[in-house]
Amino acid sequence: MFEILRKKPLNPTVTEMEIAAPRVARVAEPGQFIILRTDSEGERIPLTVAGYDRERGSVTIIFQVVGATTAKLNHMEEGECLADFVGPLGRATKTEGLSRVAVVGGGVGCAIALPVTKKLFESGAAVDAIIGFRTRDLVILEEEFKANSTRLFRVSDDGTWGERGLVTDALRACLDAGDTYDEIITIGPLVMMKFVAKLAAERGVKCIASMNPIMIDGTGMCGGCRLTVGGKTVFACVDGPEFDASLIDFDEAIARGSMYRDFERHAYEETCNLFGKEAK
Amino acid sequence: MPDLKTPRHPMPTQPSDVRNHNFEEVALGYDEETAIAEANRCLGCKGMPCVGGCPVKIHIPAFIAEVAKGDFEAAYRVIAEASALPAVCGRVCPQETQCEGRCVRGVKSESVAIGRLERFVADYHAAHAKAAEQKTPDPDAQKAAVIGSGPAGLTCAGELARRGYAVTVFEALHLAGGVLVYGIPEFRLPKAIVRREIEGLCRMGVKIETNTVVGKTFSVDELFSLYGFDAVFIGSGAGLPKFMRIPGENLKGVLSANEFLTRINLMKAYREGSATPVQHARRVAVVGGGNVAMDAARCAKRLGAEVTIVYRRGMEELPARREEVEHAVEEGIVFRTLTNPIEIIGYENPDDRRDPRNGFVSGMKCIKMELGEPDASGRRRPVEVPGSEFFLESDCVIMALGTSPNPLITSTTAGLDTERWGGIIADPETGATSRAGVFAGGDAVTGAATVILAMGAGKNAAAAIDRYLQEKKAAK
Ligand SMILES: Cc1cc2nc3c(=O)[nH]c(=O)nc-3n(C[C@H](O)[C@H](O)[C@H](O)COP(=O)(O)OP(=O)(O)OC[C@H]3O[C@@H](n4cnc5c(N)ncnc54)[C@H](O)[C@@H]3O)c2cc1C
Ligand SMILES: Cc1cc2nc3c(=O)[nH]c(=O)nc-3n(C[C@H](O)[C@H](O)[C@H](O)COP(=O)(O)OP(=O)(O)OC[C@H]3O[C@@H](n4cnc5c(N)ncnc54)[C@H](O)[C@@H]3O)c2cc1C
Ligand code: SF4
Ligand code: SF4
Ligand code: FES
Repeated sequence: MFEILRKKPLNPTVTEMEIAAPRVARVAEPGQFIILRTDSEGERIPLTVAGYDRERGSVTIIFQVVGATTAKLNHMEEGECLADFVGPLGRATKTEGLSRVAVVGGGVGCAIALPVTKKLFESGAAVDAIIGFRTRDLVILEEEFKANSTRLFRVSDDGTWGERGLVTDALRACLDAGDTYDEIITIGPLVMMKFVAKLAAERGVKCIASMNPIMIDGTGMCGGCRLTVGGKTVFACVDGPEFDASLIDFDEAIARGSMYRDFERHAYEETCNLFGKEAK
Repeated sequence: MPDLKTPRHPMPTQPSDVRNHNFEEVALGYDEETAIAEANRCLGCKGMPCVGGCPVKIHIPAFIAEVAKGDFEAAYRVIAEASALPAVCGRVCPQETQCEGRCVRGVKSESVAIGRLERFVADYHAAHAKAAEQKTPDPDAQKAAVIGSGPAGLTCAGELARRGYAVTVFEALHLAGGVLVYGIPEFRLPKAIVRREIEGLCRMGVKIETNTVVGKTFSVDELFSLYGFDAVFIGSGAGLPKFMRIPGENLKGVLSANEFLTRINLMKAYREGSATPVQHARRVAVVGGGNVAMDAARCAKRLGAEVTIVYRRGMEELPARREEVEHAVEEGIVFRTLTNPIEIIGYENPDDRRDPRNGFVSGMKCIKMELGEPDASGRRRPVEVPGSEFFLESDCVIMALGTSPNPLITSTTAGLDTERWGGIIADPETGATSRAGVFAGGDAVTGAATVILAMGAGKNAAAAIDRYLQEKKAAK
């Protein structure tokens, strides 16, 4: 069983948890993910490895409450145990040979982007971190990014935090100012990544996007996570989750992500009702 | 005196129009009387042709003779000498091409129902036998690791535990059983049976560690160097699904049979209130003609859809077990044989971008086929009939085109030789691979095959691992 060692809310809908999982912690690398089930009747959901402590034997996850399973997870407390926690899955981010990088994160994607930002910065690369949120209340990990980047650019949709605008505006400003990058790494909502990829392609900069399609097994067995990259079908769980953004068919990925939308909305409402009743 | 007059006893089943709405087992099994009567049809042939058709060489006439006498426990002991999973094999073996296909009685009339008798004996034993005592391996027993908990891995683990080794099974998913739990549906193989077999193994002292992906959580080499195992058996199956590579395959509503079946079987999405979603489609098209296609089609039917199987060869060529095809037909599944899809068409409503059906499948463009010259496999090759394209409406398409071994282990284990298509190269007798101390068997070696072949491979490998470990110990 996988004990919740620590739980910390980062904002009203995003929570950080440290989970005891020594075997995963032993080899996890930035860019990889885990799959968990909260209980023996639960759904399998993938979450990125947001950090790890090899000595403590723990893995940190940061998740946004978007539906039934993440809501259930958010109701679990320190000392409780998750039924299942498997990983590390997927391939680690390639960082060798990168000396100038822009990391572009949006929303909860920033949590996924932090470990690689840290790794690059610690290895001596110059890292421009561009992080964006819808509004001030949703900001997470600001201090961590500040401590792990050469320059930090902050944007929000409504201007309540940092500059008003989109991450692509900030990235464009950097590129316009003559900054050059070996690579741009982008993690966030699909639409955001699509436009970061477009901008990078226009400027001829290599761009890597971290994809988050629907997954079940995470071992290449179901094919549910498939994406079209460079005209070929790939399985994000084993071939990714990171791919050359200029080759990804984002529109298809956006469509596939909504496959079970009605079911999910219904399940979420049920869970909320359940917890609502408990609270009373 | 064997009974030469009575025809093969039919298997009682749930009525087809009832069972196609539930996930309970279709075939209900013989009662004692019927089992004895069926056993009396066996001639007890000296030459035992039936045994020649069984990959694990169950002493068929001997166990049937015990059934005829009414000594079902004795029958069980005969079977257990050769097979670790009789309750499973009696249900899912393609008997018509194996044991029963060679039965002498099949020449003039109908073969003895060997599979049904095997199932009866196994179920009888399960209902009457006391649970075995919990055993633990000797503290200084040599250690064997088994990767994958499908029939190959489970059999190998059981055989090794019986010989006194300390065995740990590592399974990637959260539940042990391999295809028996994530692929084959409840109505064909109740999961309680698989659970019972696995509990039996645990009582023999086998440790099962789920949530462990070898090649990710640790490598095969680390099993030796870090965890101190003395031998490793790879039974990781062939789970990687194939797609057709035709346009439209990534539309919403198109899924592999593995995804559909995993949602239903492993994640229990057919149950009301399940946390895992599954599409409740109106019209489902399943592409393929094997057991996997039949299972997907029959699950879709039970979720309330009209289901069509699209297969490029004819009814005669369907590779699925005959009983499953018959059951599928009875349950109202439509077969469009000699038909192949060439394109999957999506729904698009240009006037309303928010129409929820946008991006979902609306149907398939198919083409009629005819059978031409035999191909390398000896089966007549289907060729397209020019100009015969037609549209088949469906809001869900399930691809059941076969699977191959995934590269998680082979790509992380240096010196482990594989075939070009990904299968691990292993000695067919012993399962020995190109790496000392590493053995392999089941679908990971052969590509998608059968439960009984995987079991046989696990059993042979266990014997070879035993010899290997004895030698290793002696050399110390
Ligand atoms: C490789 C990978 C890494 C991820 N890392 C993080 C992370 O670090 N933090 C985080 O907050 N989220 C992450 N996600 C997304 C996270 O998995 C989903 O938010 C979660 O599954 C939602 O489950 P739910 O039941 O709460 O919501 P649901 O109501 O089931 O779904 C809400 C949304 O999540 C998507 N989703 C649902 N089920 C799955 C599934 N099994 N796999 C993938 N997406 C699904 C749906 O398409 C929908 O958009 C990651 C996804 C992937 C594939
Ligand atoms: C839907 C369906 C219906 C079928 N119907 C029949 C039938 O009626 N009759 C019949 O005889 N055969 C049938 N088969 C085929 C039969 O199930 C397989 O041939 C058999 O299960 C193969 O056994 P195996 O032990 O080699 O592998 P599997 O049963 O595939 O088990 C392999 C296990 O290894 C695990 N694994 C994979 N990689 C790793 C890793 N890296 N680390 C840890 N664990 C790993 C997998 O999760 C899986 O649990 C069917 C198959 C399917 C899919
Ligand atoms: S194991 Fe399979 S092939 Fe062998 S006797 Fe039983 S049903 Fe027949
Ligand atoms: S071949 Fe048929 S009749 Fe002969 S022993 Fe085997 S099962 Fe009995
Ligand atoms: S999650 Fe099943 S193949 Fe990737």
